[in-house]
This record gives sequence, structure tokens and C-alpha cells, in this order.
Amino acid sequence: MSLRPDLAAIAEAIEPGTRVLDIGCGDGALLAELRDCKRVDARGMEIDGACVERCVAQGLSVVQGDANRELADYPDKGFDYAVLSQTLQTATRPDLMLEELLRVGRQAFVSFPNFAHWRTRAALMLGGRMPVTRAIPVSWYETPNIHHVTVKDFRELAREKGAKIEREWFFSGGRPVAGGSNWRAEFAVFQLSR
Amino acid sequence: MAGTSFTLELPQPLALDGGGELASPQIAFETYGELNEDRSNAILLCHALTGDQYVASPHPVTGKPGWWERMVGPGKPIDTDRYHVVCANVIGSCMGSSGPASEASDGKPYAMRFPVITIRDMVRALVALLDELGIERLHAVVGGSMGGMQALSLAANWRDRAARVLVIASTSRHSAQNIAFHELGRQAIMADPNWQQGDYYDSAEQPDAGLAVARMAAHITYLSEEALTGKFGRNLQDREAKSFGFDADFQVESYLRYQGSGFTRRFDANSYLYITRAMDYFDLAEEHGGKLADAFAGTRARFCLVSFDSDWLYPTSESRHVVRALNAAGAAVSFVELSAPHGHDSFLLDVPALDRVVKGFLE
Repeated sequence: MSLRPDLAAIAEAIEPGTRVLDIGCGDGALLAELRDCKRVDARGMEIDGACVERCVAQGLSVVQGDANRELADYPDKGFDYAVLSQTLQTATRPDLMLEELLRVGRQAFVSFPNFAHWRTRAALMLGGRMPVTRAIPVSWYETPNIHHVTVKDFRELAREKGAKIEREWFFSGGRPVAGGSNWRAEFAVFQLSR
Repeated sequence: MAGTSFTLELPQPLALDGGGELASPQIAFETYGELNEDRSNAILLCHALTGDQYVASPHPVTGKPGWWERMVGPGKPIDTDRYHVVCANVIGSCMGSSGPASEASDGKPYAMRFPVITIRDMVRALVALLDELGIERLHAVVGGSMGGMQALSLAANWRDRAARVLVIASTSRHSAQNIAFHELGRQAIMADPNWQQGDYYDSAEQPDAGLAVARMAAHITYLSEEALTGKFGRNLQDREAKSFGFDADFQVESYLRYQGSGFTRRFDANSYLYITRAMDYFDLAEEHGGKLADAFAGTRARFCLVSFDSDWLYPTSESRHVVRALNAAGAAVSFVELSAPHGHDSFLLDVPALDRVVKGFLE
């Protein structure tokens, strides 16, 4: 099974034999990949019980919980990497979530759909309605994405939090994007340290 | 499927948390499946308050199927084609292991002379049994309800004994409400004149009425309100109208009476007192300096906790409390709250998601 492009980038960047916490790990695709291919001590947190059940049934260590509250239980720097893939924009307070991520992990990966992608901009500007695109496919009234964010916004937040951007990846239609990322990237992945 | 039954006398007296020791401890247990050559495929199953070792064998008194037949057997989530399953009757109980009904050195039943025991004492006896069986390291220890308390106690106090720890619908401590319900049950037993300060074993009259009331009260705590309403509602039992008396007019009354009287045929009233006491005394954090995370410091075992959304006896918050401590200790832990309508008893009933979680975690 091939990983989503943002997860594949994260999986590739993670050193073998490390400790990883995947926050909002969904069905555990990244965790399983890391465990099986990189001998990673992989842990997850996921709010959806059905997803957690599927993770545990695969033998993954995943805790059902709300990352907005329960990350606080994890010790400082307990993990080499903390991963937040396509979850930041669903957080009650993305700034506090990023803070927690940088606390529990020595390094952090964050991926999110870029709200400044040209399709999104065009949908809002020309259509005059909240964008529904292939990157953000759900209507405004039922989307879990309550804090849309752009590549530029995220860079600014990272700077405010004193986090160093170690690496970054941008994707559109599953392919890497080079240059003009805030226009051209549907998805962004950042590797941070502090 | 039937297991193989054994009774073994431990070679040493059993030291007890309350001071003193239990002389000549007897442990009755069942095994299922073969122990492999390197003795690495053993799973210790820990039973609940009124459970016993007959996990997947017919009960010798009632003839009913084992209490976890749906979970344990060839090809089942706890697969006896792959694992060697050991389930022992806890000390203090009444199905063959030493308890208040057992003979003391004077040839008479202990009755209330039996020492008050703790969950850790029960586990100490189980560990001594594993020593006798030559099982150094368990593939897993598994338990629901009081069985989960034993699994946690084993993980905390005999750290490297189990590679996996599966705790279902359980808690790391008894709450005031838990203790209160148990005290109600104990008082019902002790208020029965046939209890006779516990010395009823040679008597024609047994404290069945008290024990039945204790069971009825406890049984209510094992079910959700939704389950009771769904099963019985306000339906009347074998009658068209209310009797304006105190017979079991309602189906739920009849059901509870049936549960109560059935229980007295298979369980000893004094055992009920001792085991509920052990559960009330259980507080894993207290044993480890007041901080639950310290109970698990340095553990290498993998943990899995499961709660049920309709369980109000040991609600999800209790499992989360344990999960938090395990996270703080850096342990590998999984936790899932499963949706099931039955209340606390969900762990014994048909919940397919539980089967998948148990099977996956034990892999």
C-alpha cells in the first residue's frame, strides 16, 4: 500500500530505530510503515474509535484521545519525532498544538492543506463561496478544518514559536512542487526543531 | 472444548500484604492449548470477582458454558491452537483454590479466620503458580474487571513477567462509589442471621438470602440503564396487571431474583466478603508512593486498555487515568473506548470490536 505523499515524505525523512508519536494517526498507515520498514518505536493518538480499533488490531500502540487535551500527558522530549499530519487545521488552537508538538518531540513534522493554493483562491475570488477543492473537499458547514492556514501563515507561526524549519516539502496533485509554494502547493510538509 | 483441570499446592506459604502468611496454599487452575518448547506462548487469564478458572469449560456446578467461551478456543481471538492459556481460581474464592471455605490446619473451614487478602496477594499466588509451571515470561496477561486489576498489579509488581498486558473494563483503584456498592453487598450477607459470623459451613441453613441480595445489587452495576430498559422496560412478569403486593410484578424484579438465587448455588458468601474487600483495598498508585506513573516506571511491556462507553462501574475515565500514567512512564500503550450497549458486562458479551482488538493486540 502506498502512503499519501505527505506521509511518504515524512516516512522517508525519519531516521531508523527512533521513537515517533503520530498525532491524529488515522488508520495507522504511517505508523505501520515506520514500524515495518524502519524499526521505529511508533506510537499514535487518534480521536476516532473505529480508526483506533483498526490500529490496535494491526498491533500498533495507539491511544484514543483528543490531541487538544491529552498531549499534555506526554513527557517532554519523550519522542525523537512528533508528527501532525493534516490535523493542525482541525485543532482548537493550532498555535498551542504546535507548542505541544515541539515539547514532546525533539523534531516535529507538520503537514496541512495550503489554503492559499491558486484553486482555493480562485474558488473564493471568482465563485464568492467557501472553497471546496480536491485538497479541502468538504463543505464549510461540515468540515473538521476549523483553522485554515497558508504556507505563509505557517512560516510566520513557526518563527513566532522560535522553531527552526529544517526541511520543507510541497505537493500538488501528489507531485512535488518547486517554487511559488504559497500559490502552487496544495499540501505542505514542514520539519521543525527548536 | 474443555480445558484440563489441575490443583496444585504451592511449595511455600504465601506472604500476605496484611501481614502473616497463608499456609499450604492450594491453587486450582485450568489450561488450554499446548505450552511450546521454549515456554514462550503462555497467556495468563485473570478472572473477575465471581468468575473462576472455567474460562472455556463447562462449569462443574451449573453446567453452563465457560465465562469467556466466545473469546478463548481454537481459532478464537485468544487462540488455543497458538497459545497456552492458564486460568487459575484466585485465592479467597471457592472453586478449589484456598479460601474461607477451605480447611484450616485444625480440619475445620477457615470461615472468617481466613486472612484478609489483597489483589496483589492474589497475583502473588498466580506468580508462584507460574514458577511451579516453569513459565518465566508470559506472552500476555489478560483480564477484565477484577481480572484487569490483577493484570495491572502483575505488570507493576512483577515487571518483566508479562510481555503484553491487556486490561479490559477495569481500574487502577476502587472509587468511593465502587466501595459503597460492595459494602452494601457485604452488609446484606452479614445481616442474614444464617451467616452466623461466617460459621455456617456445618449448618443446615446458609446465608443464601443475604448473598442473593448482594448479587442483585452488584448485578445492577454490571448493566447499563439502556440495557435494563431494553431488556425489561416496565414489563410485567407472567401477569396482566399489577398485584398490589410485593411479588416480583416486574420482569426486572424476577430477573434479579433469579440472578440472586442462581448465584447462591455456585458461590460462597464468605468468599464474596473476602474478594470484594480485596477489590476495595486496591489502589495501585498507593502501593507505589502515591503516583501511578511510578508503578510502571521502566516497564518494557506493551499495554492495551479497553473501556466501554456504557460501563458506569469502571467508566472510561478510569482507563484514561491508567493510560495517562503509562504515557507519563513512556510505556507502549494502546487504548480504545468501544461502543457497546450492555454496560460493564460488555466485556463478557458479544462485542465484535473487542474480539478484533484482543486478537490484534496479542499478535
